Amino acid sequence: MMNVLRLATAGSVDDGKSTLIGRLLVDSRAVLEDQLAAARQASARRGAEGLDLALLTDGLRAEREQGITIDVAYRYFATPRRKFVIADCPGHFQYTRNMVTGVSTADAAVILVDVTKDLQEQTRRHCSIASLLRVPHLVVCVNKMDLVAYSESAFRAVARRVQELAGALQLADVAVIPISALQGDNVVEPSARMPWHRGRCLLAHLESVEPPCASRPAPLRLPIQSTILPRGAGGGGARCYTGHLACGSLREGDEVVVLPAGTRTRVASLYAGGRPLARAEGPASITVGLADEVDVARGDMLASPAAPPRVGSELEASVCWMSPVPLTPGSRYLLRQTTLETRCVVESVRHKLDIRGLREVPAGQGVGLNDFAVVRIRASRPLCADPYRENRATGSFILIDETTNATMGAGMIL
Amino acid sequence: MGYHAPHENGSAGVSQLRELEAESIYILREAAAQARRPCLLFSGGKDSTVIVHLAAKAFRPGRLPFPLLHVDTGHNFPETLTFRDGLAAELGEELLVRRVQDSIDRGRAVENSNPRVGRNALQSITLLEAIAEMKFDCVIGGARRDEEKARAKERIFSFRDEFGQWEPRTQRPEVWNLYNGRVRPGEHMRVFPLSNWTELDIWAYIREEKIPLPSIYFSHERRCVRRADGTLLAACDNVKAGAGETEASLRVRCRTVGDMTCTGLVESEASTIDEVIGEIAAAATSERGTRFDDKVSDSAMEDRKRQGYF
Repeated sequence: MMNVLRLATAGSVDDGKSTLIGRLLVDSRAVLEDQLAAARQASARRGAEGLDLALLTDGLRAEREQGITIDVAYRYFATPRRKFVIADCPGHFQYTRNMVTGVSTADAAVILVDVTKDLQEQTRRHCSIASLLRVPHLVVCVNKMDLVAYSESAFRAVARRVQELAGALQLADVAVIPISALQGDNVVEPSARMPWHRGRCLLAHLESVEPPCASRPAPLRLPIQSTILPRGAGGGGARCYTGHLACGSLREGDEVVVLPAGTRTRVASLYAGGRPLARAEGPASITVGLADEVDVARGDMLASPAAPPRVGSELEASVCWMSPVPLTPGSRYLLRQTTLETRCVVESVRHKLDIRGLREVPAGQGVGLNDFAVVRIRASRPLCADPYRENRATGSFILIDETTNATMGAGMIL
Repeated sequence: MGYHAPHENGSAGVSQLRELEAESIYILREAAAQARRPCLLFSGGKDSTVIVHLAAKAFRPGRLPFPLLHVDTGHNFPETLTFRDGLAAELGEELLVRRVQDSIDRGRAVENSNPRVGRNALQSITLLEAIAEMKFDCVIGGARRDEEKARAKERIFSFRDEFGQWEPRTQRPEVWNLYNGRVRPGEHMRVFPLSNWTELDIWAYIREEKIPLPSIYFSHERRCVRRADGTLLAACDNVKAGAGETEASLRVRCRTVGDMTCTGLVESEASTIDEVIGEIAAAATSERGTRFDDKVSDSAMEDRKRQGYF
């Protein structure tokens, strides 16, 4: 069982997203008295009655002034079952790159839909992003049920359209839950006002979803972060290598292949947090000693010889463009994938993706801020990578402008 | 009610702590691998002590790949300084201390004439001087996102321009766990390995790992000044009772450790970690609620961060 679940939430202020998060935090008692008092005072200054839950979450001055969410805010709460990390994402198109930031690390995405409105273009965009970034679990909360007298038929009409969209986007695990964030129905506790809803309430659902690692055994992927030389000159200690084991496990004695070189060796020793281990299980940051003197450096990978990743310098990927400076074929960037940093050239742009439904559209004028596109890239060094759909950790990369150091785009290997 | 508050028994799951630990160690190793000259801010407070503990886990049996740096305001609790020096010596790692008083003497920082204002804001001047002097391109700190609203928005690798400023509107996108720590000369990164920890996670980890802390985190008797607004401060040369204020000996402890001029004390009998966790789990006030440097305005922390505060 996983003990930390990372959530991303998306929706506009109008959909009640900040209210929902405020509700989760307040009802799980993650908000303390002085923070509540500050939010109450701010609510009063704004002329709101009682407590505006949304004021608990907007962190930047510009956000409070404009009443919108600009950047991802991280929130924390815990239940006896697990700790939750919420990446509270802006919903507006202008801040798509910030939503991609929040969704990239999420195990589950919570998307809000207003039951009194038809499915908005924004919902299509949010669901498309969740699909493209392969968030393992999607939860669509049909909010404001209090405004339709908790009507089952009103919910069913919206839920049907959500399911159609999920089908078109090939979203695998989708739960649709009728809620009222304002009144607290089906958020932390099941609602007595919607006895027709057979499924779980939101929190119970989030407590029950399984992490992607648990569903199938993952072959070893250990990108090397650094080399450690034991302290004290002439101490005779063998050098060892550090890395983060995202999924799967590693045992002392396991045969591994060092990539891209292809050298085979065995795990001679294994440490986590300074303590020796016989077996490490992800997620864990570990230190590994190898049986043979082999050449290993940051950017290399230890992998399972029976199921190695692809090794190559040519790749096709979908990218989300995050810079106002457009992407044009022939542009050169630094590419960072796992712990590898290498120069690369974007050789061609195949097509763009319409983010309202992931339809292919011609690249036309080039790829601008918040555009998604499928591109071909050639790197100067070989990458050890898996398709993103099989492994988020080894299938993702970023592109960096070498002169400004700005992060230009986020890529997912096809 | 069918649902109970999470921390009634004051315990955080051990595997949850291991997951947080694994993430923090990964971040520390990324910071060290990507930077040319990193340093770790170490004040002797509980968060930076936890980071030092995590750094030892990340890099042993090797040396830490960075020195420890303390910006000393001159108003620290003596217990904290003793602890700071003891831990650095025990680890055998380099400790650099830069003093706000030196910045004042050089005329770089100007002390407020009101002694109640404290030297908190001046710390950023001394820190930026230290960064320039030693050409640090990466400064690792103990800030957590649960502390304050502006911190909740900050990246784990947070870019600072050549003036040390944070610009919240143009933060670099931080996707997956691919951190872009690249900077040009004069610029630097702030790296926050404890971003996803809460105050209670920190205490649970301290208990689990038996990490020693300065004695002032536990109940002790001390001369205290009670300010007119009810805040309790430790009596010292810089903190004396004014008109309408009282001084008394009380059993107190600190929840955060900063300057004696601004660190609020809480009356407490908690003398073990379990008792402290029990008190925090039941507390109705957030940790920074005991620090009145944050109470100035709705955006107090955002403003100070923009100017180069930790």
